[in-house]
Amino acid sequence: MLGFLIRRIIQSIFVMLAVALIAFMMFRFMGDPVNSMVAETATTEEREAVRERLGLDQPLWVQYGRFVARAAQGDFGLSWRNARPVSTLLAERFPATAELVLVAAGLSLLVGIPLGILTALKPGSLSAQTLQFVSLIGISLPTFVTGILLILVFSVWLNWLPSFGRGTVVDIGWWSTGFLTVSGLKALILPSVMLCLFQLTLIMRLVRAEMMEVLRTDYIKFARARGLPNRSIHFRHALKNTLIPVITIFGLQLGGLIAFAIITETVFQWPGMGALFIQAVSFGDVPVMAAYLVLVSLIFVVINTSVDLLYAVLDPRLRADAARAAH
Amino acid sequence: MADTTFHRALDSDLFWSFRKSWTARVSSLVLLVLFGAAIFAPWLATQNPYDISQLFLLDSELPPMWIDGGDPRYILGTDQQARDLYSAILYGLRLSLVVGFASVALAAALGITLGLLGGFLGGIVDAAIMRVADILLSFPAILVALLVNGIARGVLPPDQHADAAIWVLILAIGLTNWVQYARTVRGSTMVERQKEYVQAARINGVSGSGIMIQHILPNVLGPVLVIATINLGMAVLTEATLSFLGVGMPATQPSLGTLIRIGNEYLFSGIWWVVIFPSVVLVVLVLAVNLLGDWLRDALNPKLR
Repeated sequence: MLGFLIRRIIQSIFVMLAVALIAFMMFRFMGDPVNSMVAETATTEEREAVRERLGLDQPLWVQYGRFVARAAQGDFGLSWRNARPVSTLLAERFPATAELVLVAAGLSLLVGIPLGILTALKPGSLSAQTLQFVSLIGISLPTFVTGILLILVFSVWLNWLPSFGRGTVVDIGWWSTGFLTVSGLKALILPSVMLCLFQLTLIMRLVRAEMMEVLRTDYIKFARARGLPNRSIHFRHALKNTLIPVITIFGLQLGGLIAFAIITETVFQWPGMGALFIQAVSFGDVPVMAAYLVLVSLIFVVINTSVDLLYAVLDPRLRADAARAAH
Repeated sequence: MADTTFHRALDSDLFWSFRKSWTARVSSLVLLVLFGAAIFAPWLATQNPYDISQLFLLDSELPPMWIDGGDPRYILGTDQQARDLYSAILYGLRLSLVVGFASVALAAALGITLGLLGGFLGGIVDAAIMRVADILLSFPAILVALLVNGIARGVLPPDQHADAAIWVLILAIGLTNWVQYARTVRGSTMVERQKEYVQAARINGVSGSGIMIQHILPNVLGPVLVIATINLGMAVLTEATLSFLGVGMPATQPSLGTLIRIGNEYLFSGIWWVVIFPSVVLVVLVLAVNLLGDWLRDALNPKLR
């Protein structure tokens, strides 16, 4: 188990170093930072002085090492577009994205798992078939089209919910939350529904497939033979084994939610990190792009690693496999 | 010769499965219509949406012709710049499909080459390719595509962004999607490499590249077709998403995604048609490609027969 843990962590560190290398290359080869720091009339000597002061005359691997050291402390320099520290920009935007992603993830679990169980227990019923069909549409619709349709129906035609922004937010320290006001909560509804829809259908389908598989196994047959009530068989015995793969997929998809939040934030003009990233992409603002890339990768790597470890804790078979593979 | 090939095609399992599946028939019919519309767009369209001299500002924001205030010259209505929506959708569909096909071709070429190399050579080459593939695969495609897009934009001078947009998109989507091809081709190459015909070729003194291209490649291409079909749907969707986000095709040369973005900006003025019609075309296109891909995957999978 310890060997597995160490191997997994070393692997994660390599991934992060690779991502940092990409970020570093972006800095190094997209535009000459010296040009933006000196006057246009500067002489070659003045340019060289700036180059030396910035450490750009040193070998690439030294520069890379310094870049990693600074990135590890969260220092990505100034945004090229609005000349503010990138770390401040990201910190301002982080709460909006985090709240959106958390609510969407929660919704997809709270709705997806019960619907999956329902469709697995009564596969032929009308409600189950309707749900299957609706979920097919849910998977096929591009997310931004879903978002536009939601706005068209609930904001333009019915005028029930706001179509942009976070509503009124309350600042708690550096964290600004929309959870504490009515308008903040109302503003969360449409974006989080849009964001969770794809994942919800995925979880529903997964739970359904796993549950049907588990219900066919011997231990469930034994439980039935022992005369246990259905409720106990379904929810105490079957559900437990169903949820293991759900945890993995959910973890992996959590990263996907952060990426897809880029689209949601654009549709709903949500002031999060994704919207910041899109602006950076369209202006070629390297420091913001690089910092976003490193931050999101870090989140991904942490999630993926913890899911793998959690999986090993939950499923003893995997531990045995890992031990065997190590020898 | 051609005659017998034709009869063999009619007799094949694939064709039989095609006739049996109504989703395959409907979706291929839909695709045929959409591809035809894209290819013949200049003849089917009533105006050239790229030509500003053909736009009459007085005709802007007209609703579809069957609604009060609509004009029979503009079947699906017009947008804010008085562009005929029907013509703009035809041209947009054309652009979306061009980007889709080109990026699938790029991804397939890249993936097949790297997969063959990795599977045939093994060792450090293989390890390096697969490591990169693993890392790429652990990130959502849209994020990678956005990143490539952003880097290209940073490298190119701003005044060339609009002209280069289509190439940047093809590059971004192609570089994102090669992993699946590489993994599949690598897997089958490793199996094929062990077979006797490869050993025979080796004994005959055929060079490594000769064996890879002439002997192994034809035998590993089957699954690539399925991946390419499913990938086309993904590629079209990614293009639309990037254009919708404002980092794809510019408003002067709108693809379906750009049209949806333009429509989205005016959603609140009640002009719903600019956003709805391109969305419908996009959804129908992607759905048809996906259904056809699903059918193809099942039909070519001998385990399911």
